[in-house]
Amino acid sequence: MTSKVAFRVLQSLGLLLCLIFSLAAPSFAQQTDPKPLIDALSKADFGEAEKLIGQLAATGDARLVPALNAFSEGDLYFRKSDNLVFIGKAAGSNYELTDPVTGASAGQTAKNAVTKIKINNSLRRVIRSAMGGLTLLSPDRGVRLQAADAVLRSPSAENLELLETAISKETDGEVKARMVEARAVSLLSSDRSIDEKRTAIQTIKNYGGRNAIGILMGASAGLDPSLKGDVDAAIASIESGQRLWDIGQNVWYGVSLGSVLLLAAIGLAITFGVMGIINMAHGEMVMLGAYSTFVVQQLIRDHAPGLFDWSLAIALPVAFLVTGAVGLVVERGVIRFLYGRPLETLLATWGVSLILQQTIRSIFGPTNQEVGNPSWMSGSFPVGGMTITWNRMWIIAFSLSIFVALLVVMKKSSFGLNMRAVTQNRRMASSMGIKTPWVDAFTFALGSGIAGIAGVALSQIDNVSPNLGQSYIIDSFMVVVFGGVGNLWGTLVGALSLGVLNKFLEPSVGAVLGKILVLVLIILFIQKRPRGLFALKGRAVEA
Amino acid sequence: MTFKSKSGKSKLGGALLAAVMSATALQGAFAADDTIKIGVLHSLSGTMAISETTLKDVMLMLVAEQNKKGGVLGKKLEAVVVDPASDWPLFAEKARQLISQDKVAAVFGCWTSSSRKSVLPVFEELNSILFYPVQYEGEESSRNIFYTGAAPNQQAIPAVDYLAKKEGVKRWVLAGTDYVYPQTTNKILKAYLMSKGVAESDIMVNYTPFGHSDWQTIVSDIKKFGSAGKKTAVVSTINGDANVPFYKELGNQGIKAEDIPVVAFSVGEEELAGLDTKPLVGHLAAWNYFQSVDADVNAEFIKEWHAFTKNDKRVTNDPMEAAYIGFNAWVKAVEAAGTTNTDAVLDSIIGVSVPNLSGGTSTVMPNHHITKPVLIGEIQADGQFDIVQETAPVVGDEWSDYLPDSKNLISDWRKPMSCGNFNVASGKCGGKGS
Repeated sequence: MTSKVAFRVLQSLGLLLCLIFSLAAPSFAQQTDPKPLIDALSKADFGEAEKLIGQLAATGDARLVPALNAFSEGDLYFRKSDNLVFIGKAAGSNYELTDPVTGASAGQTAKNAVTKIKINNSLRRVIRSAMGGLTLLSPDRGVRLQAADAVLRSPSAENLELLETAISKETDGEVKARMVEARAVSLLSSDRSIDEKRTAIQTIKNYGGRNAIGILMGASAGLDPSLKGDVDAAIASIESGQRLWDIGQNVWYGVSLGSVLLLAAIGLAITFGVMGIINMAHGEMVMLGAYSTFVVQQLIRDHAPGLFDWSLAIALPVAFLVTGAVGLVVERGVIRFLYGRPLETLLATWGVSLILQQTIRSIFGPTNQEVGNPSWMSGSFPVGGMTITWNRMWIIAFSLSIFVALLVVMKKSSFGLNMRAVTQNRRMASSMGIKTPWVDAFTFALGSGIAGIAGVALSQIDNVSPNLGQSYIIDSFMVVVFGGVGNLWGTLVGALSLGVLNKFLEPSVGAVLGKILVLVLIILFIQKRPRGLFALKGRAVEA
Repeated sequence: MTFKSKSGKSKLGGALLAAVMSATALQGAFAADDTIKIGVLHSLSGTMAISETTLKDVMLMLVAEQNKKGGVLGKKLEAVVVDPASDWPLFAEKARQLISQDKVAAVFGCWTSSSRKSVLPVFEELNSILFYPVQYEGEESSRNIFYTGAAPNQQAIPAVDYLAKKEGVKRWVLAGTDYVYPQTTNKILKAYLMSKGVAESDIMVNYTPFGHSDWQTIVSDIKKFGSAGKKTAVVSTINGDANVPFYKELGNQGIKAEDIPVVAFSVGEEELAGLDTKPLVGHLAAWNYFQSVDADVNAEFIKEWHAFTKNDKRVTNDPMEAAYIGFNAWVKAVEAAGTTNTDAVLDSIIGVSVPNLSGGTSTVMPNHHITKPVLIGEIQADGQFDIVQETAPVVGDEWSDYLPDSKNLISDWRKPMSCGNFNVASGKCGGKGS
């Protein structure tokens, strides 16, 4: 027993010695020890902290990066007993403390023994720029790219020489390009010659994009008057290049809104479009799908956090089955008694929608539930002068694939054949041996299930609350009626054209008026073509 | 305990579309002389249930706590809970029912300005008292209403000052939902900013419908507006459910708080509970209370709240504090007056000081607004706010000094003036407003 303890002690002593030597070696080379500067943060207000960070950045000590990073994340604490500053990470009810410079562990401490060092936005900006300077020469390519980005976002003349050194050493093309851009931006606020600044303006112009306009407009006030012409010409040239991209971006927004409308409406295209049921509970099926996603994510968080990025894929079948089952029960329990009585169906399904809403409110509470975005659905990427957000792109892809899948089911499967047979001529289908009541029930369940799947996708961009469905029900009916009742292609074209129309009206007349105008246009259109864009023709219509 | 069964019944009633009938049918059952009744008028179903249900719970908790301390004037308090179901005309109906049938001594309720405007004539006609616990646009002062939430000068103007001074903001986006609170607040803010020398071209005003969920165009417009080389900030009066998709879009389009900060007046701990706040760290909110306030009274309140709801994840927020202040002010005023008679309480409540949850006290002013400090908080990764600035207590200003229609009006409900809209220029009571 004792020998074991002694061994442990020796082991940790040895480790400690190694640590001290390895860390002490470089720190002897530095002129200033950064630790007192960091410890001074414990008593500094925001203004003083800003100065301290400037001094820390001036040391050029790359070991400070973790501390600065922790500070901007709000993970820097000082110990109340001795005012020493540590990086703290929550560990149960305690904090795990590490030294901000060496990274050595300083043991655990109770939460109330330390105080968080406060941070605000302007401090975060200062830190970002300081970190950029400190990590420009990092061996890791990703870190260098981030550093160049950071310098680009908060440029300062002080980083100029450092950037030039970094550029001369850089081998990676993308990182180098970013650094050249950052250098050009930083140069504008420096005291370099006018000719150099003129070249910098050209460099920025060649990169283009919205940010370049902002940089040039911001810098123009402090520049020599003789450069004003160059700046104006550069801005004008970027803007003319940007104009086409802006139109493209608007179309993209329209398609993206259209895909959301399509998602919301596609289940209704079956229950209302194909079966003719005025289904006011459609929105609640979407809501149930979103709540299924929430429950699935909750279970994954508790039991298998590693699977989180797969949570949506797992939620899809769950949502389909849950809402499909609810749809089946609603059809068997309520709607089948009301076929051919549209007004009563409307009232009954509205009642069902209220019951479902209040049930969810009683189970989960009235507040929003958090549904997380998997990492592959967060953030955005640039395409030329456009920004494409990942979640919107996936939702477009998703809604189109649901549309295709549904089309295949309707046109190629025997269930689809039965379904079309029953809706076209119920008595004939019945005479051919098709069990029409069950076809009705499963068609309704299919429509509801698809609404549930839509809910999985919508949980990524909207609130998950009991009211979720209400905000989509009007839009869904609008799309189905506009596209032509009973026609899936009509729903697709209707949703996309309404989306694009909305997005082209929005910038010029505003979101509120835009929505009203779209409604008015649809009403006028329905006056002209009562059966919508793609009207069904032939005997089926009269039946 | 009777109120519990009643709230349960009316919840069920909401679901079955029979809230009105079931609640009315139950009214007669609770006529006892040894209790003082107070009304709780918050939506428990419909779109506003998301915010208002919490306030109903807070009121029930406060009543239970007060009863533990022996009640008021030696009598137990009894909360009468009704569900106006997010339906503005129904608010007026329910208010009338609470006052005339249930004979409640005071009512605590309403959230939206529309619901308050709907019940205002009822309270004035039947001479009862309403405590309104939510931040609002001002431009109103009723003899029968106490506004314990923030007026624009207790929230919006200090927030804008903070951004201008501490963040150096020169360009402003005023984004709001299209209804009375954002419209009026933005009108006041625009006038205020222009009085501080901000050019009209540096202010962008944008309105969106209720529940707006597609923010792509607007967020990219904000980005465009912000790329003019001047520091830009968004002042958001976006209401309710529209906030979640708005913040999600901001995060996805990569707008960081360091670049374009958003300061919100309707986003509190409760709203953030439905969001992953990591991409939002640093965006701001201005309130008179945050759950993260470091005060003993707040720690105790949070503890009680967790015990009452039997859920230690439930957050507290600013309207809850306003309800807390309003309730305690009423209790103190009733005890001072020795009666729950409306006129006596209206006289005794002015000047009453009660502790607020940020560690100071709030006083009921003659204009029926209260004093409280303004806190600016930055959103943290855990969904709480880090307080970056706290002001001294500010008196709520009912008639804004920055709007031409109301700058000459003041309100003073003490005798002999007793006027909600006294015009200091003409020296007469009366003018715009109620």
